[in-house]
Amino acid sequence: MLTDDETRQIEEELRNYPERRAGCVEALKVIQQRRGWVRDEHIADLAPMLGMTVHELDGVASFYPFIFRKPVGRHLIFMCEGLSCWVMGYEAVIEALTRRLGVSWGDTTKDGRFTLLPVSCIGECDRAPALKIDGDVYGDVSPETIETILERYT
Amino acid sequence: MEKPLTGTMRSDGKPLTLNEYEETGGYEALRTALGSMTPKEVQEAVSAARLRGRGGAGFFTGLKWSFVPLGDKAPHPKFLVANSDEMEPGSFKDRLLMERNPHQLIEGIIISAYAIEADTAYIFLRWEYGRAGANLTAALGEAYGAGYLGRAIAGSRFGLDIRLHTSAGRYICGEETALLNALEGKRAVPRTKPPFPQSCGLWGKPTVVNNAETLSNVPHIIRKGADWYKRLSLTGDGGTKVYAVSGRVKKPGSWELPLGTTIREIIEEHAGGMREGYTARAVIPGGGSTEFVLPEHFDTPMAFDIMEKQAGSRLGTGTMIVLDDATCPVGAVHNLERFFARESCGWCTPCRDGLPWLASLLGDIEEGRGRREDLDVLEEHTWLIKMRHTYCALAPGAIEPLQSALAFFKHDFERHIEEKACPYKKKIINVEL
Repeated sequence: MLTDDETRQIEEELRNYPERRAGCVEALKVIQQRRGWVRDEHIADLAPMLGMTVHELDGVASFYPFIFRKPVGRHLIFMCEGLSCWVMGYEAVIEALTRRLGVSWGDTTKDGRFTLLPVSCIGECDRAPALKIDGDVYGDVSPETIETILERYT
Repeated sequence: MEKPLTGTMRSDGKPLTLNEYEETGGYEALRTALGSMTPKEVQEAVSAARLRGRGGAGFFTGLKWSFVPLGDKAPHPKFLVANSDEMEPGSFKDRLLMERNPHQLIEGIIISAYAIEADTAYIFLRWEYGRAGANLTAALGEAYGAGYLGRAIAGSRFGLDIRLHTSAGRYICGEETALLNALEGKRAVPRTKPPFPQSCGLWGKPTVVNNAETLSNVPHIIRKGADWYKRLSLTGDGGTKVYAVSGRVKKPGSWELPLGTTIREIIEEHAGGMREGYTARAVIPGGGSTEFVLPEHFDTPMAFDIMEKQAGSRLGTGTMIVLDDATCPVGAVHNLERFFARESCGWCTPCRDGLPWLASLLGDIEEGRGRREDLDVLEEHTWLIKMRHTYCALAPGAIEPLQSALAFFKHDFERHIEEKACPYKKKIINVEL
């Protein structure tokens, strides 16, 4: 069940669009911000509010990579896989990350701290290889600097 | 040389505030356009300036606007959308403009919306550009506060609201009709054209989608005139261009230069040339969906039409990635095709099924499992997957680097197959998901 506060915030977002269903991604983001990821029950609760069927809404939710339909960790690591980052040697960074965290792509560390995801391209090409952790962008990343960067996130 | 787009930016990287923007002439063009020009006259100024789209396609902006019905009988509401979904591999020019000069984009949006008598504007910003989003939000607040947005802008009868919409990902959202579907809360599958957005766009109403860099040029055209704008350029099309270089050059970065600056000048004079011990093998000049250009064509001006005629490629976004001689061309193309395959919206078969297959073959070749027949399959797809065989330009764009790589680096492909290994023995390998 959505909380009153969630419903209120969703209604506020929907007011920005001429059709309620046009705000569906914003509504999904509200739930994701509070709950971490979007469960089937959230889709079922949200769809009638938007005048959509469950399958229509799930179709939208599953299309967009930043709507999570699986659990994620407290912090999201987005490793850029763009061509510039590839040229400048992202493989060593990926190797260091996966070894250090003990996870592969799409996995979350056992302590729930990090989820490792690919992204391309984040527009930091002049400071490649680059990655994002939550809202923070890091350029000129190397295996040597990875540890210091990860330590900032508990 | 004049740098209208970037010349007034702060050296500390912080965004120009409203006051700082106005100090160097900001919002004068808005007052001129809304106060003493008709929408048609604004369109004519932009057409006379020969402003072409900076998002990759290079369509004439004034011409695009001219297809929107004007006047009392036109359908309403009408929309202007700033395409800020920059995600072309190698491109970061729009990010730079939005982070550091958000009012320039806002002023460009307002004047452009006036030119088509739009009622509401959206900035469609990609999720990953958090800093740009924060800076645009702050700037929008300032603009509303100063009466540049809302009703009766600058004392005129024109009113406009700008909504900042942040996407939830996917490269296909940069395709203008897919973007419209995303804004409408749907899967971002492109639409059939015709009808074009100018007659049937957001919720069926007339809509223009323009790139963020394109819109950022509009205030300068209005303020200083079409003739001035044309004189900035080295070609027949007006203006400057924000170019960029990434890869193994001494000084990767971005620079605003006259439209038509050559590849060689950008790489050698601005990016400082190649790092010690490396030579340039080729460049991808305008984002991941353009053809490779070899050094023998580095004196080609980076401009519309000329890049096609002289170098068999495109200006695209004008942001270059350099392939150095120590980097495997097969690996480079594999990286690009993995990207395009993953970003397929899934709607049409050639893209949804063709691109992953090509990516998989390239991976086999890169890692020494390729066979001679694989090259034939790759070749075949360069003519199977093209415009009008697919629903949009994503897959044909994906084929551009592949086609040129097969032509220019045939020997490298063959060596991978014969030697059953990557001859570059690069530690850089595409990490499979």
